[in-house]
Amino acid sequence: MSTTTLTAPKEQSCTLLAPGHTACTGCGEALAAKLVLGAAGTNIIVTDATGCLEVFTTKFPQSSWEVPFIHSLFENSAAVAAGVEVALKALGRQNEAKVIAQGGDGGTADIGLQALSGMLERGHDILYVCYDNEAYMNTGVQRSGLTPFDCMTTTSPCGELSWGNKHNKKDMPSIAAAHGIPYVATASVAFPKDIENKVKKALSITGPKYMQIHSPCPLGWRSKPQLTIQVAKLAVQTGLYPIFEIENGKVTKVRKVTTPKTPVEEYLKIQGRFAHLFKSPKGKEEIQKIQEIADRNIEKYGLA
Amino acid sequence: MRLDLGAIAKAGSSKANQTGSWRNYKPIFHQVKCIGCGLCKIYCPEGCVTMIEKKKYTVDYTYCKGCGICAEECSSSDIEMIVEEK
Amino acid sequence: MSTTFIEGSIAVAKTVGVCRPHVISAYPITPQTHIVEHLSELVADGEVKAEYVNVESEHSAASVVLGSSATGARTYTATTSQGFLLMIEVLFNIAGMRLPVVMTCVNRAVSAPINIWNDQQDSMTARDSGWIQLYAEDNQEASDMHLQAFKIAENKDIMLPVMICMDGFVLTHSFDPVELISQEQADKFLPPFKPEYYLTPKNPLTFGAMVGPDGYMETRYFIEKTMHASLQVISNVATDFHNQFGRFQGGLIDTYKVEDASLVLVAMGSIIGTIKDIVDELRAKGQKVGVLKVRSYRPFPKDEIYKALSHVKEIAVVEKAVSLGYGGILVNEIKSVFYGKPKTPKINGFILGLGGRDITADTIHQVIKETAKAASEEKFVGLNEALIGGK
Repeated sequence: MSTTTLTAPKEQSCTLLAPGHTACTGCGEALAAKLVLGAAGTNIIVTDATGCLEVFTTKFPQSSWEVPFIHSLFENSAAVAAGVEVALKALGRQNEAKVIAQGGDGGTADIGLQALSGMLERGHDILYVCYDNEAYMNTGVQRSGLTPFDCMTTTSPCGELSWGNKHNKKDMPSIAAAHGIPYVATASVAFPKDIENKVKKALSITGPKYMQIHSPCPLGWRSKPQLTIQVAKLAVQTGLYPIFEIENGKVTKVRKVTTPKTPVEEYLKIQGRFAHLFKSPKGKEEIQKIQEIADRNIEKYGLA
Repeated sequence: MRLDLGAIAKAGSSKANQTGSWRNYKPIFHQVKCIGCGLCKIYCPEGCVTMIEKKKYTVDYTYCKGCGICAEECSSSDIEMIVEEK
Repeated sequence: MSTTFIEGSIAVAKTVGVCRPHVISAYPITPQTHIVEHLSELVADGEVKAEYVNVESEHSAASVVLGSSATGARTYTATTSQGFLLMIEVLFNIAGMRLPVVMTCVNRAVSAPINIWNDQQDSMTARDSGWIQLYAEDNQEASDMHLQAFKIAENKDIMLPVMICMDGFVLTHSFDPVELISQEQADKFLPPFKPEYYLTPKNPLTFGAMVGPDGYMETRYFIEKTMHASLQVISNVATDFHNQFGRFQGGLIDTYKVEDASLVLVAMGSIIGTIKDIVDELRAKGQKVGVLKVRSYRPFPKDEIYKALSHVKEIAVVEKAVSLGYGGILVNEIKSVFYGKPKTPKINGFILGLGGRDITADTIHQVIKETAKAASEEKFVGLNEALIGGK
């Protein structure tokens, strides 16, 4: 067990992610990062991959980070964090801070996957947080490995021959868990208390931890900014974004979906990135395929 | 801040950037029906909603971008979005 | 001081060890392996109290030392060739973030075709990265340079990474007598690393912020200015080293029989030794030949080179790298040294030893013979005529 004390953030108008950042209105990632820092407290050092979060929080000479922060490149957040962690150890400062590595879905599951795998495999005492907004939002909504099936992005457009993204969302939590790490969790900005609990739990465990937080992007998902929480909630309630914890390889806790089941249409129809599925009768078949993805998740994780 | 040493920035310095100027819609916290659930504060992506006292929350218009999440999520429909007059 | 008959890689590893690095991270690649293998042994035996991080790529090796250095640790990595190329993105980042990482670039050819033997194409590709690049002639120099490197990099007025370039196999795998540096000597020479800024909750700074058009150019200006300032620091550190150890590694450049020479060969790295032998041989026959070694390639010591060569009639630059589509790289820079000066010598460029092609006494003799002909920047010396279909 760790000897680092986790302190609660100061109760004031400012959170550990200071306002004045330039995230879009209703940004789920800004909210997720605020919640993660709030739960982690001030005795941390954070790294971040290139991406929206880094760009909207660190426009020199300003920074929104109230905790020590380092950004290096797109694909090396996990490796930089590993460097921070071993340096603290080598300098005898390991009780000074917990290390949290961050990245978006592209920086985590695509270009940063190798560095993340290395970090997880080597057993560093680091919590890796992936803010999953399901595409390369910073560069203009291009498809990533975590973009869901049939989702329209600027590089997986719908057209005569296309329903959008042809591939299923990469099962990143399982990949992380396959490293035999002590803790893997998914979460959603719709459930802030759950994020807080999971961050605190993760930081109480020594070793590598992986957390993936569903973070709606109003711009990329073409949803209304005020609906960010509603959209996130529906993803969980339909079973499309299963919320669970995997401890030492076993699923130990899940968030149940609604009874009766919420059909995936409820989630899809409030987002422009799925609007093409509602424009023709053939789209119904595609929606059925998405329903099957949700049903498989519900069965796999026992969400019903 | 040290630009000469690779762009090292001071913690929390983004507070100088008043993003309230972005607003098209403005949340009005009526502070009448509030039950003190705190969701407006928890869900604010800017972190600019604060509790003044129990069952009384307010927003810092210096930073509020007017996303409307607070109004949408308010448990007692006590926050109203109105058009921002500039 | 005692001399040990030792492999170049092991000598370098031992020197890095007595520099008391906190974090070492590397990925294995031939011919860098013996350095990092020996360092990992030193750590495993508790002789060097460092964290040794076995990573999954050179990109991560550089990223780990980047993170460690930003946290306030003294760090080291080593690579070569393809690994170096994979690291390059991070190398620019380390320099841009002003982190005083020290690394060894074991010089090796670049693929394709794959080739594990020596030339200097790899480190040349990072010449504009903001790393100080020093090239070693022999294993004594390679070993000593690593101690000096930390002192240069961590100087408060410099704070730039330093790369020691040593020829793969030619130096790394050859056994030579080397005066090794003891822990006590190293501690006397190199003060502990105490950076002004580092990652700590006690002073929660933001490292690696985004800088727009309003400030990015200034970050380059600061590095360029610091590079120029480092010319003096490199010289001073060489003098400090001389004062303590009695050996002098030449600072920015080194010259051999240049004072009265009419022809001077200019080169970097282990080839200098071969050229010196030829110089002696020709001097015995009455030919006024000398050699100038560029030890510090970045920063490039223009003034020192000019001062040393201003009287020379002919210069032959020999190099183990090529800018495809232009010709030699170093030759271009040596030419620029004389731009606008009252007297310009005839400057010839020769490309040789690529991919481990043997450099023999004959190769150097051929270079000297060719300098009599018209000036060229891209004369390949030592080509196998049978493979290219005749002359």
